[in-house]
Amino acid sequence: MKENRPLWNPYAAGIALGLVLLASFVLTGRGLGASGTFKHVEAAAIHAVDPTWAEENQNIGSFFSNPQRSSMNEWIVWLTIGSAVGGAMAAFTGKRFKVETVRGPRARIENRWILAVVGGAISGFAAQLARGCTSGQALTGGAQLSLGSWVFMFSVFGGAYGMAWFVRRQWI
Amino acid sequence: MEGPLSVVLRMSHPTEMMISVLVGIGFGFVLERAGFGRADRLTANFYGRDFRVLRVMFTAIVTAMLGLYVLDLLGILPLSSIGILDTYLLPHFVGGLLLGVGFIVGGYCPGTSVVAAVSGKIDAVLFMLGIAFGSAVFTLGYDTIAPLANAGARGRVLLHDFFHVSSGTMVFAVSLFAVGAFWAVGRIERLVRARVSARALVRQHLEASEAPDAAGLAGEGSLP
Repeated sequence: MKENRPLWNPYAAGIALGLVLLASFVLTGRGLGASGTFKHVEAAAIHAVDPTWAEENQNIGSFFSNPQRSSMNEWIVWLTIGSAVGGAMAAFTGKRFKVETVRGPRARIENRWILAVVGGAISGFAAQLARGCTSGQALTGGAQLSLGSWVFMFSVFGGAYGMAWFVRRQWI
Repeated sequence: MEGPLSVVLRMSHPTEMMISVLVGIGFGFVLERAGFGRADRLTANFYGRDFRVLRVMFTAIVTAMLGLYVLDLLGILPLSSIGILDTYLLPHFVGGLLLGVGFIVGGYCPGTSVVAAVSGKIDAVLFMLGIAFGSAVFTLGYDTIAPLANAGARGRVLLHDFFHVSSGTMVFAVSLFAVGAFWAVGRIERLVRARVSARALVRQHLEASEAPDAAGLAGEGSLP
């Protein structure tokens, strides 16, 4: 039987994550993030269908203001490419790579698939509204002590705890 | 040096993007090692069974905060030289609630879904498709949503400005809050785990005996 490399102690992992975030501030003046990449992806897709509409849109128009550079050639997109590489390196070296659908003992696999898409869609909308997700807003702005980011973080916990009972069959 | 390296050294765009890839590799690696590549481990946080998410998150915030405020104090990296996030009270509140709902319904948040997807999790790939879709809905409906998205714009407000205390006091208070939270979730975790294992024992007992009075045992909640 193959031996999984154990996870890090949560406090050690937290310190490591904090140092990565701090390094990002020192190196580029920016924090971490993820949802911005999804915005760039959907914006590029819309732009491919209707360039004029995309360029005139208040939400994504600025992505296309530089004709010399692709709208995907952005720091957040590169950061996410790095996250995928780093995550894969850790999963493979930790022998945790496995093709599977993660679900609770009572959950039906089809329900998990549907709810994964639904939850993703809610998150994608939410991250745009809040101008960031758990990494780009809660973690990055939390460390900066930005008021809005702390409001956001408590709301995330509130939303998840408030909804947890209704979807408990998916997880426990 | 005063300010981020990319500004001080006047880095070119490609160099800066290469650095972002490297930072991303560190980010993804740590998230996976923290255990964030599985939805069941992430959501356990919201059933009181395993507060790994909260522990990692608050430790990371305190670590980076201490670093940031010390570097600011030393004049090495003034806070004014980095991209401080602006406050939009209503969007942050509503967006946070929705992101929390999306988290528990779908099992991930955007960053963790990337790490889980490269760990082979099919549900994470579906979650990512969902994010792109939800994000596109926002863009397509932006004309309607814009008033909400821009409501309560306060510009740059830091917690110590809001509470009218010094930054040092705020940094100390946040650190203290984190330590208090670690202590509290440790207690909750022990209570919940004790209940879960007690319930499992009752179930075992019922299955083993299959006696008619077994139902009465569960009904009274009497534990072995």
